[in-house]
Amino acid sequence: MSKRRVGARESNTIAYVVLTIGSVVMIFPFAWQLIMSLGTNADVISVPPSFWPSEFKPENYLNVFDRVPFLSQFWVSVGITVIRTVGQLVLCSMAGYAFARMYFPFKGVVLALILAILMVPPQVYLLPQYQIIQGLGWLNTVIGIAAPGIFSAFGTFMMRQFFMGLPPELEEAARLDGANQFQIFWKIMLPLAKPGLSALAIITVLWSWNDLLWPLIVATSAESMPLSAGIATLTSGRTITDYPMLLAAAMMAMAPVLILFLIMQRRVIDGVAFSGLK
Amino acid sequence: MTSSAVREAGVAAPAAAPAPPAGRGRRRGRSDLGWALVFVLPLFAGIALFYLWPIVRNLWFSFTEWGPFGDSEWVGLDNYIELAGDATMGRAILNTLGYTAMLLCGVPLAIYFASLLNRPGLRFANLFRTAFFLPYVAMPAAISMVWRIIYNGDFGILNYALSLIGIDGPSWLSTEGVALVAVALVGIWISLGFNLIILSAGMKGIPVELYEAASLDGATRWKQFTTITVPLLTPSIFFVSVMTVIAGFQVFDLLYALMGTQNPAIDKTQSVVYYFFTNIKTGDNGYAAAIGVVILLLVGIFTLLQFRLQKKWVTYV
Repeated sequence: MSKRRVGARESNTIAYVVLTIGSVVMIFPFAWQLIMSLGTNADVISVPPSFWPSEFKPENYLNVFDRVPFLSQFWVSVGITVIRTVGQLVLCSMAGYAFARMYFPFKGVVLALILAILMVPPQVYLLPQYQIIQGLGWLNTVIGIAAPGIFSAFGTFMMRQFFMGLPPELEEAARLDGANQFQIFWKIMLPLAKPGLSALAIITVLWSWNDLLWPLIVATSAESMPLSAGIATLTSGRTITDYPMLLAAAMMAMAPVLILFLIMQRRVIDGVAFSGLK
Repeated sequence: MTSSAVREAGVAAPAAAPAPPAGRGRRRGRSDLGWALVFVLPLFAGIALFYLWPIVRNLWFSFTEWGPFGDSEWVGLDNYIELAGDATMGRAILNTLGYTAMLLCGVPLAIYFASLLNRPGLRFANLFRTAFFLPYVAMPAAISMVWRIIYNGDFGILNYALSLIGIDGPSWLSTEGVALVAVALVGIWISLGFNLIILSAGMKGIPVELYEAASLDGATRWKQFTTITVPLLTPSIFFVSVMTVIAGFQVFDLLYALMGTQNPAIDKTQSVVYYFFTNIKTGDNGYAAAIGVVILLLVGIFTLLQFRLQKKWVTYV
């Protein structure tokens, strides 16, 4: 008996060791990036590699604003993220509720048409989407980059699944009290749907902030790009010279989402797990 | 999702969702058509305009060739015939398959880490979970910056570490053949957190009594892992695998951000989505549209294949 307990404790020790090594591998690039973004170019390219700046240069962060239209790109990122997230929360929760709880002709067909999109890779609709945005005169605008992402088949499906899991009795009771569909949705169902809504919001924020392919196609001028495209084009073409400045720019580009994640890590992880399982 | 676009596409897995029975007939004859229009029409109008119609239109585009001024001409199957003989496309498909296969190697790793995280009595589990999840939320374009430096042939940390054990490492991201592996490693690093969370949730659903009974029978931890955990986890493993395949087929961000457009090895390393992107950028829209259709077919075939194969190895309790 005692031998077994010792054995169990020993293997948990191994678990700690393995998990710690794994965590270090996961975090190392972030930590090294943060440290080197405060150093000099010589620190970054030194052999053997350095893990601490020879001289602290926080001004790398300020240089970003001179070299890249960082602020305008930041606001583009914020704009498309807010528009898409608010849009999806409103549209997907309403449609999801209707698909879960209302009865109307061709409901199955309409839902099937929406779900079919989930099977289709983005490349299949990207080019015509580009033409629509071009036709509307929305190239290089925040609304143009955000537009298609406001409408989400995935979000609708997720919210539908969520509403189907809520007890119908609540709704019946409200109906007997004379509430109409909108009042039931707004006052009763939506407050209950908070976990679903926050999961959808988390997914949409992550995906909008980090999205690359579509912005690269719709936004061609540096000022109108979101940060993801701005950082990618900054590093993809020319030979890189000022590494610390680039690391600082990349750090600032991903910081908002990283900070949000670190503050709400429990919620974000649960939200992503939720979206995967529903 | 490696990439974010990938992530969005990656969630195409309604398979994991048990559809609750529709409450049809609960109120016979009731139709909420008026309200339904208010609730569904805004979304459906957007879906129809930005997704359904474009899918049809893209199919049409794939049969056309585009001139420099946006004029297009019907060329029938020409694009597809050209694609069939296009060595670059063939190479891009092979690269995409290879990349996806490498990405799948991350799944057993995720199973292993998830099983460690789910050990009873393990402390700091939340801290470990956060660490593993961090790469998944980071912007691929931004975090690629630091990986480029780690992979650098002259001053990269990776080659320095290898030199300590006497290995002379290559210039990882600009060497043909090696670059794809380097990109896939970052892909695994990013997707590990997501897979871990899904698998870990699946493991929580396995009844503790099974382990207790097995342990009374004297089964070792490894034996318990192979006879209880893995078989009962197959639905989650299947879900994660389908997601990984979809993400693998969509690889673009990482190639673009890690390798860059001027990289001498990019032509031999690019994926189908990357090739699609280059054709869009050069204005070969008809050809790009045809590539889109081919990607659709590839994803369709492989998803179907996975669903067929699942009958052989996925256990539903």
